[in-house]
Amino acid sequence: MTAAVPHAPPAAPMTPHPFVVQRALPETDDTFTLELAADRGFEPLAFRPGQFNMLYVFGVGEVPISISGDPATPQTLVHTTRVVGATTRAMRQLKRGDQLGVRGPFGTAWPVEEAEGQDVLFVAGGIGLAPLRPALYRVLSRRERYGRVVLLYGARTPDDILFRRELRNWRADFDLEVHVTVDRATREWRGNVGVVTALIPRVPFDPRNTVALTCGPEVMMRFTVLELQRRGVEPEHVHVSLERNMKCAIGLCGHCQLGAEFVCRDGPVFPYARVRRLLDVREL
Amino acid sequence: MTDPHGLAPLLADHPFFRGLKPEHLATIAGCASNVRFDAGAMIAREGDEATQFYVIRHGTVAVESFAPHAGPVTIQTVSAGDILGWSWLLPPYNWQFSARAQDLVRAIALDGTCLRGKCEADHDLGYELLKRFAEIVAQRLSATRLQLLDLYGQTPARP
Repeated sequence: MTAAVPHAPPAAPMTPHPFVVQRALPETDDTFTLELAADRGFEPLAFRPGQFNMLYVFGVGEVPISISGDPATPQTLVHTTRVVGATTRAMRQLKRGDQLGVRGPFGTAWPVEEAEGQDVLFVAGGIGLAPLRPALYRVLSRRERYGRVVLLYGARTPDDILFRRELRNWRADFDLEVHVTVDRATREWRGNVGVVTALIPRVPFDPRNTVALTCGPEVMMRFTVLELQRRGVEPEHVHVSLERNMKCAIGLCGHCQLGAEFVCRDGPVFPYARVRRLLDVREL
Repeated sequence: MTDPHGLAPLLADHPFFRGLKPEHLATIAGCASNVRFDAGAMIAREGDEATQFYVIRHGTVAVESFAPHAGPVTIQTVSAGDILGWSWLLPPYNWQFSARAQDLVRAIALDGTCLRGKCEADHDLGYELLKRFAEIVAQRLSATRLQLLDLYGQTPARP
């Protein structure tokens, strides 16, 4: 069984470091990407795929956002998020040269090193592609160490597809099988229509030698696991990234507690087998 | 039963027919023929008599419904390894949706009228087929329910 990879917390985890916006990129109607660089006198933050940072918009608030950039180039810290509240709305207004505070990186990582020698299946839904992208970068940078690599990605509509250009490039330039599907098609859309889980029976991988990494709405991940089990992938080989109300990010405040787990500290990446029972408890 | 087009081995390779008894496979192959549709071709039209279903071997098919003012709306797509159509199985045997080839589609067409007769004559075959169709119907119902949840449109409240 591959395990989610823990990572030592930063030395001063409650102190935000000043970062400066290098680029602000709209992705879709309600999602955007910020590329940040450490302000003068501060070090870039090395991170592992799957980890998150706490981003602080001064005077507005602080939110946990997964890192969506390439772990090989930590000098550019990349975050992609959706506008869901006051802080992320203020974050979308940031422009080149604006400053914000960053605490992190926090949490566990996708087990990409442990997956070497095996097929790797990425299953992403909606904004869930963002936390998986660093793992994709890492796997593609060492492509020869893996068997088949497959990305299944579901979005609400064609207009909601993230990282379009990159999806096209990955498909063209790497030995990576990419399948994109949308829940609701437009007239111009000529791709797959239907839920992302419906793609699982169609793609080639060896279920006995596959590590599956999935991120998206919890219901989607639950059905993904069911479909993977139907194909013969054991739940121990499936990893999920969970989202809860992370506040302190170091396992103290309890806001993100899920049973005995603190999602900020023990997650956000978990082996599915470890949290399966917890996800069935509605009260959690 | 004869297999006039020699399709039994192809059917045996398809996930839908995997594990069927050879005699059942041969019976089904007796109702089968190879078909191809160019990109854009209509494979079935909503409301038309459903006399066939298709085992998709290559390409993608858009399952559509026609909505006033919106035109044809794609509800789902089916691809190689999938089955298209179960209206042949249930009265009134009319297509509930349209089906259009998105690209070059190669498929095996199964004559539903022929198969219904054979299922009536051989209930073991009928039960076997019905079980397999029921599984597909259940999977698509489940997928449709997920689509209805509009998962990606919802986000938990955040600061």
